[in-house]
Amino acid sequence: MTVHPINWHTAFFMLYAVVACTFGVAVVVSSNIVRMALYLIVSLGATAGLFFLAGADFVGAMQLFIYVGGTLVLLIFGVMLTAKGPFISMRTSGGDWIVAVLLSGCLMALLVPAAFSVASWRNERHAAVDAEPDDSDTAVLAAPRTVAAAHQPAATEEPPAPFIDDNGDGIPDVQPKTATALGLGLLGARVDAIDAKPEMRPGMSGYLLPFELISVHLLVVLIGAAYLARAKRRVR
Amino acid sequence: MSFFSQPVGVSHFLVVGAVLFVSGVVCMAVKRNALGVLMGIELVLNGANVNFVAFSSPFLRSDNAYALGLDGQLISLFVIVLAAAEAAVALAITLNFYNNHSTVDVDRADELKG
Repeated sequence: MTVHPINWHTAFFMLYAVVACTFGVAVVVSSNIVRMALYLIVSLGATAGLFFLAGADFVGAMQLFIYVGGTLVLLIFGVMLTAKGPFISMRTSGGDWIVAVLLSGCLMALLVPAAFSVASWRNERHAAVDAEPDDSDTAVLAAPRTVAAAHQPAATEEPPAPFIDDNGDGIPDVQPKTATALGLGLLGARVDAIDAKPEMRPGMSGYLLPFELISVHLLVVLIGAAYLARAKRRVR
Repeated sequence: MSFFSQPVGVSHFLVVGAVLFVSGVVCMAVKRNALGVLMGIELVLNGANVNFVAFSSPFLRSDNAYALGLDGQLISLFVIVLAAAEAAVALAITLNFYNNHSTVDVDRADELKG
């Protein structure tokens, strides 16, 4: 059995994925509303870590700012305003739990095989050794290894390349710097689609109209929420 | 253990998104506290966001020319803002319901029953 070097991207993905899933399930299982809010914060924070690992640095930062820093603080205010006596822990009946577990089992049995159903989504880079070699895979295997990998004994088979590196300079071909491109995309200019193929170009329009719509939507919604939740003066 | 030496792919992110989505759906279904239902909605939207970001990433698939690109990240930003707006309105409605009825039990909100 050969010992492969640990792919740290995978290791951190497993860490964040396990934390996000565990606390996401804990939100469901717990019946105490205050603990549910705490578990939700941890789950959404770990999801922000997953966004960073996927190369979406700006979206991960916004997840932390808006979701964890804004929306959940709002939720916790709601919890604090209503958490009195019997409302802190409201239990669900056993029959409802059985139906819920059955439903979630069926949904997971549908979604997990669907996630692994497409070969290119699995991102397996080691199959190039015995499969027929095509251009990109041989380029990946020919790329220079890091120092730690070069010290492996010769009998060890090549570790899979952790990223796409077609020009072989040891750094990934696509760098995760998305904030500028995202901001220009919200203003209607897609700088990431400049060198796209012409037949792909029509689907890559800017997002100025949705951005304006969602801005006005958020303004209207916040005014409406402030109007709904205002302190009512009782007239006697 | 050869699993930790393999790069993760879109599939692994989709599984995390599926777990969060199913947790959110079950949370919306079984919680009797209105704020618990709200937390379930947050979990569902977050699971969808994980899928959007995973499909937009060029690092996670072997045919990275077909990655969704920045569209997925832009849509996930819209989802985050929509979740914030939805939480504000739903919280206002819940507080109003609590002020009028002195409870947050969704099973007691049956005044509109025909």
